[in-house]
Amino acid sequence: MIQDIPIQYFLIVSTIMFFVGICGFLIRHNLITILMSIELILNSVNINFLVFNKYLFPNQLQGNFFVLIVVAIAAAEASIAIALFINMYRMYNNIDVENISEMKY
Amino acid sequence: MGLNQLMFFFLSGLILVFSILTVTSRKILRAAVYLLTVLLATSGLYFLLNYEFMAAIQITLYAGGIVVLIIFSILLTSHISHKFERPALANVIAASLTGLAGSFISIWSIMKFPFNASTEPTLDVNMKEIGMQLMSTGHQGYALPFEVISILLLAALISAVIIAKKGN
Repeated sequence: MIQDIPIQYFLIVSTIMFFVGICGFLIRHNLITILMSIELILNSVNINFLVFNKYLFPNQLQGNFFVLIVVAIAAAEASIAIALFINMYRMYNNIDVENISEMKY
Repeated sequence: MGLNQLMFFFLSGLILVFSILTVTSRKILRAAVYLLTVLLATSGLYFLLNYEFMAAIQITLYAGGIVVLIIFSILLTSHISHKFERPALANVIAASLTGLAGSFISIWSIMKFPFNASTEPTLDVNMKEIGMQLMSTGHQGYALPFEVISILLLAALISAVIIAKKGN
């Protein structure tokens, strides 16, 4: 563990970041900003994994591997989501959630 | 106040302020740059935890890969000077109530739970250790998730090509 910093500090920071991400997910209309909120949520979960690994199980590496896998999945998800957004932009000329109600090819 | 604490408060303040700006900014490119700041500050937290390899991955993959991809798609799909309309008041109220209630409940349960910091010796995390465990099939081996991730990445690659292809 780290000198002077209790585990709760890290957890509070990541909790607030998580719920800010959820707020953004609910407020925003543009699909790219929704994707950015999802990245915020995933990032806060990564902080939690590493902090639990450091403070509670410092002789193992499980949290590190979870973070590796989450980062890989986030990268794959972002690439596919952006491919979809660009395709939607070609069909509808904007990428707001209200205007996209069908995804028929 | 020790140097550790000072650095932690600086980084977490950066994270909180810029994550709120990310979801409230009305210019989309600015939101992307704020997101970049949040991700870099998070990698600073990983350095604080002594996980240098994870911090490097955070910088290269998130800050170098995903944010560049997001900025690229912003440039392709929207005008830089375009400002979003203000979201409806009912939406804002509902979302902030959800966020406040959720974070209140979570922080309350975090403060109530007795975390027992482990006293076991800390494992020295270096790239050799991570690589050995990632490829081992025995105790504490992660060969199966590694292979599954490789298949997932292949599937993502193929599907991105097929989605972005023009026509049938």
